[in-house]
Amino acid sequence: MKGEPAGHVCYIDKTRAYYEAEGYGKPYEWAHFDHIPFTPFAAVGKPLSECRVGVVTTSDMARRGAEIAPDDPRRLVYSLDTGIPVSQLYSRKSGYDRYATTLDDVDSYLPLTHLHRFAAEGRIGAVAARFQMIYFEYSQRKTLTVDAPEILKQMREDRVDVAVLTAV
Amino acid sequence: MPTVLFGCARDIVEHCGVPRFVFSDFPLGNPTGRPYDIDMQREVLALGLALLEGATAPGTTVVTPHEWSADHSWKDKVFSREQPFLDPEATRKWLERKDAYRALKSGGKI
Repeated sequence: MKGEPAGHVCYIDKTRAYYEAEGYGKPYEWAHFDHIPFTPFAAVGKPLSECRVGVVTTSDMARRGAEIAPDDPRRLVYSLDTGIPVSQLYSRKSGYDRYATTLDDVDSYLPLTHLHRFAAEGRIGAVAARFQMIYFEYSQRKTLTVDAPEILKQMREDRVDVAVLTAV
Repeated sequence: MPTVLFGCARDIVEHCGVPRFVFSDFPLGNPTGRPYDIDMQREVLALGLALLEGATAPGTTVVTPHEWSADHSWKDKVFSREQPFLDPEATRKWLERKDAYRALKSGGKI
């Protein structure tokens, strides 16, 4: 066995060293909570089999064949219908380990097929009508005061009870 | 709202601090299971649903039992000169977007 079998990759250290070597200045600072917010599942007041599950991802999804709008520099949260078959979706994200893996199988980072199956089997109540995309950001302020509230607003409109988030 | 996050960068997610975290020790890109491995994907998602229900404290991490490959050398090459993270075109777009965002911000438009 070669490499680092015992430990996970230390991305914070690795990216800092990588971008310093590339000549970028100030290292990226990750937003973080000193006290992590926590809502106990019990607070929902019903079993998961009666809950509507929302989904948020960083995988920048688009629908195959759909017209591609020009880049919006504001990079706002957007959403798509969870009823779109994954075969009609693809990721536009370029920030992933393109040497070791692919984003060709949507369910490996946006598990819509499996969520629909769990809903059909009664493990969860339903899948929310929309899923939300959030961009990787350099502004902690935007993440916390623009993007997160927009996602919460959309989820409340869709009467989401619990949320699955995938960081790609 | 109760949430569960699936990810492959353990140090980053635990630094940020999330209520519930399902960690796969996989290359960045497949936080809900290996591509085309339907059984594994279902199992990983099931772990997350169980964690949604069962976590009693913030910052709870569950580690999936799956190994990407017996050879862990992919970890050594992450963010290395040998394997630039973004290709030149993606790097160009990334820098363009950063500049466009800065311009919006300095103009008070976001």
